[in-house]
Amino acid sequence: MLKASVLIAFGVLCAGTALAEEGEIPLMEAGTDIKNIESLQRGARNFMNDCSGCHSLKYLRYNRLATDLKIPEADLAKNLIFNGAKPFEEMAFGMAADSVDWFGKQPPDLTLMARERGVNYLYSYLHGFYADKTRPWGVNNLYLPGTAMPHILYYRQGLQKPAYKNEKDAHGDAKMVLTGVDPMIPGSMKPEEYDQYVRDIVNFMDYAAEPIKAKRESMGIFVVLFLLVFFVFSYLLKKEYWKDVH
Amino acid sequence: MAAAPETAGTGKGLIGWIDQRFPLTKLWKDHVAEYYAPKNFNFWYFFGALSLLVLANQIVTGIFLTMSYKPSAAEAFASIEYIMRDVEWGWLIRYMHTTGASAFFIVVYLHMFRALLYGSHRKPRELVWIFGCLIFLLLMAEAFMGYVLPWGNMSFWGAQVIVSLFGSLPVIGGTLVEWIRGDYNIADPTLNRFFALHVAALPLALVFLVVAHIMALHEVGSNNPDGIDIKKYKDADGHPLDGVPFHPYYTVKDLMGTAGFLIIFAAVIFFAPNFFGLFLESPNFEMANPLQTPPDITPVWYFTPFYAMLRAIPSAFGTQVWGVMVMGAAVFILFFVPWLDRSPVRSIRYKGPIYKVMLALFSVAFVCLAVCGMKPPSGIYPILARICTAIYFAFFVLMPWYTKFDKVKPVPERVTEHA
Repeated sequence: MLKASVLIAFGVLCAGTALAEEGEIPLMEAGTDIKNIESLQRGARNFMNDCSGCHSLKYLRYNRLATDLKIPEADLAKNLIFNGAKPFEEMAFGMAADSVDWFGKQPPDLTLMARERGVNYLYSYLHGFYADKTRPWGVNNLYLPGTAMPHILYYRQGLQKPAYKNEKDAHGDAKMVLTGVDPMIPGSMKPEEYDQYVRDIVNFMDYAAEPIKAKRESMGIFVVLFLLVFFVFSYLLKKEYWKDVH
Repeated sequence: MAAAPETAGTGKGLIGWIDQRFPLTKLWKDHVAEYYAPKNFNFWYFFGALSLLVLANQIVTGIFLTMSYKPSAAEAFASIEYIMRDVEWGWLIRYMHTTGASAFFIVVYLHMFRALLYGSHRKPRELVWIFGCLIFLLLMAEAFMGYVLPWGNMSFWGAQVIVSLFGSLPVIGGTLVEWIRGDYNIADPTLNRFFALHVAALPLALVFLVVAHIMALHEVGSNNPDGIDIKKYKDADGHPLDGVPFHPYYTVKDLMGTAGFLIIFAAVIFFAPNFFGLFLESPNFEMANPLQTPPDITPVWYFTPFYAMLRAIPSAFGTQVWGVMVMGAAVFILFFVPWLDRSPVRSIRYKGPIYKVMLALFSVAFVCLAVCGMKPPSGIYPILARICTAIYFAFFVLMPWYTKFDKVKPVPERVTEHA
């Protein structure tokens, strides 16, 4: 009886999840790997080149980044510190509060964005810009409609145009539904190159959101293995003590 | 020495010296070495000891978190990131605390379910159960205030929603909410007082109640899966024939339970500390923003059954107070279970089909309510939540009748098995 109840409850859970996911444009798969140091190094470079003009990483320190990503301190000072900061300082660059006049909102700090929105969202978002003349910067985003951010990677990705399909709404009137994007103007990168470029940025953002993540996971294997062995011995100990109880 | 004297205070050495001044050996014997527990405890009996383990984990990790946390609206969020990045092993301490909070509710819910299975709340254990209910109530307050401390956006809006519930009370509502917040909004003073309550007042009360819970239990003795009294049959020394001393039998068994629990606990901490957005919710990685709500404001999973009940009740006569009352009643009704259960037997093993069906329905309803509380109130969820709320209360309110008329099986004289 109780087992059946658990099964029913599980069924409700699954049904609920399925219901919630209808009607949204599915996110792309980021395919990031937090243990790939080279990808993280490229991501840090890409981030500093293309993102750091507006967005800060105010909870991450330069020297932490250098240590974790195996970047020599000399290279750090030469290639990654643009604002004369000391290596132990936090990466608190980005735009001042008055940028709200330019974009309608201050570009958010990105240290924790990967934990807030997830890597698949970030990867999709950076793939989701399309031409939209009604927007202040001429672009809109598939995954964040009405985004305040211009398509900063335009010259790399090129420009996409929206794809629509015709549908009937509840009153039977025809309406256009946004279904995706199609290529329009090519950029300096091939689509695969752009995918990798964005994947590296997102991978780096995943690192920045939780610098200990890779180490935590590799450490966890040993902790769990130890506990499994400990469990076996505690089971044997229990058996030994209990053998005279009848 | 032949037999240890009952009255301590004649021993030798350091322990003897202490025993002459403090009942150290007596306490050890009364509560551990010579506390006779039924020998037939099964899987469900791990969760009491595990609750104690998680409580200790919360207190110890909490103390270390307090050393680096800043209870101020301006600094709290950044201080959490400081703990996660700059404090040695700070990430582990914090994940142990956040995972521990969820683990606490898992073990406590299972511990309470065990009582419903085997009638552990029945006479003479009513006070054990009442102390337990008070612990559950305080635990909810403790968890809620702890959740506000990181000052993320979900912390802020969760606090906003829960504190405003008091505003629905007639006449005093508005003033009461202001008094709780210490401000006209959830703000710095609110965070400060929640910190004080979370790290000092509530843990003290919790520890006191846990001591009372265990003392009351040891006064009357533990129940068991057969729900029978083991003190009826005793050996020549006056020890129950179906009992074993807690130490070493249950200390080694609970050590095994602890190891099993820690495997799962560590797996979550090291591989999925967010636990798919259930233990650490994604909107909480953004700092509190009074001008922007998260897409959906949902409480942490362990509150969602009660939150679903709150939302299931429509407002009437221009007030939402009915939902708040139902939610309060859902917890309050637990206190009366020892008197609602009129069955002549304690354990589900000897109860009839009606109780089994009711308990199964109740369990399904509780899980469904938890799901409803996590989902936006649209589609099938509002109606499902209403049905499940009705089942939840029917389980308790109808209990005096269905337990009385339910068929029961004969109860054995001695316990039937042991693990």
